[in-house]
Amino acid sequence: MCTMIAHQVKLEGRGKSGADWFEVREANVSYDHPYDLPLEHALNIDFVNEAMGPGARVAVELSVDAARRLVESIQAVLAQADARGVLEDIPLAAAKPGGAPSAS
Amino acid sequence: MYQTNQYEGMIAETVTMKGHNGDTINAYLARPLGGGPFPGMVVIHHAPGWDEWYRECTRRFAHHGYVSISPNLYFRDGHGTPEDVGAKVRAAGGAPDARVLGDLDGANAVLRSLPYVSRKVGVFGTCSGGRQAFLAGCRLKGFDAVLDLWGGRVVQSKEELTPNQPVAPIDYTKDLSAPLLGLFGNEDKAPTPEQVNQHEAELKKHGKSYEFHRYDGAGHGFFYYDRGAYRQEQAVDGWKKVLTFCERTLR
Repeated sequence: MCTMIAHQVKLEGRGKSGADWFEVREANVSYDHPYDLPLEHALNIDFVNEAMGPGARVAVELSVDAARRLVESIQAVLAQADARGVLEDIPLAAAKPGGAPSAS
Repeated sequence: MYQTNQYEGMIAETVTMKGHNGDTINAYLARPLGGGPFPGMVVIHHAPGWDEWYRECTRRFAHHGYVSISPNLYFRDGHGTPEDVGAKVRAAGGAPDARVLGDLDGANAVLRSLPYVSRKVGVFGTCSGGRQAFLAGCRLKGFDAVLDLWGGRVVQSKEELTPNQPVAPIDYTKDLSAPLLGLFGNEDKAPTPEQVNQHEAELKKHGKSYEFHRYDGAGHGFFYYDRGAYRQEQAVDGWKKVLTFCERTLR
């Protein structure tokens, strides 16, 4: 791309592409040319699973303002959940059946 | 100029070729029918991927009498839609310059091996491909014309250098070995008009043969008819500049 500003974060989650869900293992965040948003540069997030090939991708392309509001919203929602004591801040593997034993 | 009683035909297809390190990659090859000899053109796709526009562009050069080849610079990054593969490469910081140069050298060698290609071959690229075309003109032997269309990051600060693009192409300007055509939009952010001016000053300093055309009312990618950046008037004029330059340098 023309800016080459990109970061990758390893994560655990699920993404839906078409009719099917797949395991998301990485999020690629870039500020570079979007494919569809009519801007020269955008904040792009690709939720991917590299092991599954390039097609395992859920993509969003955001304006700078939208990206900033998204970050604020994520932080606000997590803070609200934390304040209400419902935040499940544990690794996904521990939450799966057969994962880490519960405290009880 | 085409006349209505003129015969015209071409063959265009996906082929394989040897690229960097002798790796097999795929490419799109388009050639006018006939024995030639025709000049050659290497067409470099933009950073977002090896997409339809570049196959059309490859055929366009063939339509104008050039045997043209567009190597898939992302072949090693897997297969899927051009967007999905391009997004993967975007996340990885773009294709490494050294690998790209190897692939462009291989594409040039393919053209020069064909019996209907003349002794002259150009290299054309847009966006990151414009940067890579300039890089090829400086780092590789055997290109007779270089066409850089809005190539961003020819001028790079030290902070912008990455493992994949470790040297700013402008630093290689003294080694440019072929005439250069540059087309730029004055509303572009990569390259900015100031960066285009810097590049021009460096070309002048080293006495290089070049022509730059700057377009008002145009930004990045103003040839792309499928994007909002398309500017009809500037694109039509830009294509004329491209073909006139090729006629002068490659015929």
